[in-house]
Amino acid sequence: MIDKVCGDIDEAIADIGDGATIMIGGFGRAGQPVDLIEALIRHGARDLTIVSNNAGNGDVGLAALLASKRVRKIICSFPRQNDSWVFDGLYRAGEIELELVPQGNLVERIRAAGAGIPAFYTPTGAGTDLYADAEMREFGGREYVLVEALPADFALIQGYRADRLGNVQYRKTARNFGPPMATAATTTIVQVDEVVPVGALDPESIPTPGIFIDRVIEVGWRDWTPGGDFAGGRVDVNGEPVEDGVDPAVGETKATEGKPSGVEGVR
Amino acid sequence: MATRISRGELAARLAADIPDGAYVNLGIGAPTLVADHIPEGREINLHTENGMLRMGPAPDAVNVDPDLINAGKQAVTELPGASFFNQAESFGIMRGGHLDVCVLGAFEVSQAGDLANWSTGEPGSIPAVGGAMDLAIGAKQVYVMTDLLTRDGRPKLVAACAYPLTGRRCVSRVYTDHAVFDVTPEGFAVIETFGDTSVAELHELLGLRLIDRTTV
Repeated sequence: MIDKVCGDIDEAIADIGDGATIMIGGFGRAGQPVDLIEALIRHGARDLTIVSNNAGNGDVGLAALLASKRVRKIICSFPRQNDSWVFDGLYRAGEIELELVPQGNLVERIRAAGAGIPAFYTPTGAGTDLYADAEMREFGGREYVLVEALPADFALIQGYRADRLGNVQYRKTARNFGPPMATAATTTIVQVDEVVPVGALDPESIPTPGIFIDRVIEVGWRDWTPGGDFAGGRVDVNGEPVEDGVDPAVGETKATEGKPSGVEGVR
Repeated sequence: MATRISRGELAARLAADIPDGAYVNLGIGAPTLVADHIPEGREINLHTENGMLRMGPAPDAVNVDPDLINAGKQAVTELPGASFFNQAESFGIMRGGHLDVCVLGAFEVSQAGDLANWSTGEPGSIPAVGGAMDLAIGAKQVYVMTDLLTRDGRPKLVAACAYPLTGRRCVSRVYTDHAVFDVTPEGFAVIETFGDTSVAELHELLGLRLIDRTTV
């Protein structure tokens, strides 16, 4: 019988070795597989290359992994945010290498790796400093740059529900990088709120079919989805318990609004 | 050239040009104001690049859902008919030319339509690009919404961008607090001025060749 469900999260990530390239899903905090990342920190693998859209928020999840100083290099599109102080400090101290990739090229490199395409031409970034040394080619009078697929040894992603076959459903915008990353890693590990019986997931609505998933970890419902249904008023936009005086609609970002923050302010 | 319209007025002016049924991406910052000024009776589909169409406004406090956010990582809502999709599909929507309009901020726009809005290139700053380069090159119409001048009085419409480029020859139109400019093969064309602003004054201020396409 196929059973990809692991009972122990530490066992699920135990074969991640030093020097591994690891994709970590999420856009900001949404979809970030925090429990798997915490297990990775306990595990202690070092000299890692991380592929993720951002470079950590606050002090938890990816930020905590960076703070553990086990990440040699990060490949991402938007490291600098108003709550990326962990990354900012490491970068300024020269303790982490950064490969900056435009978001659409990042995800398409990931998708290409999972789809057996070694490289592709993209218009994004053509003529910019980020691709000053890239191979360029014109198609139909328009400039394109050649970029290569980006595979990984492991992908750690967060889903909503899964079955023992590894079929995964996501929740709202937390889907983000999950499906492409699941296809691009040698070993893909998903944490989900709930493992459901085979047949319970609608076959018409399975963004990640089980063929792409190697291991499933059930971590339980989150504060805002007790019993599987959304219950509001409990957390802020970062998933942190609501405190007095904080507008839950914008969380801590409100306090820094208006500060010069480069592209985040003008994009 | 005393007349400057407010951010809200500018957002309303820009919103008036977005047709019924359009698929639209509004960049982070001032462009998000456009959503509040869509004329009555028009149905607009807002795209957010983290993977959603038919994004709705911010929720009230009890409906904040950390799994439902926009590209600025703020809580949003879903309108009836909303859809969620992964990042590869979302950026395919952008790169593939499926969006009718995207609205972006700018540090500089050149008369060839080059856009600089992702980095000031300052040494020691931490670079971050996100979806800026994908947005700049993907939509059928790329509108820039910006003040005409920087805080210290320098024009943002220039002969050639000094800041690092976000995209080459990608901007279609620039909405500023003094006037609206089309990007044409011959350079900037003024299509509308606000209040007592004149094309001659704009020419003097920018030092660029300007085509007068204002209609009385």
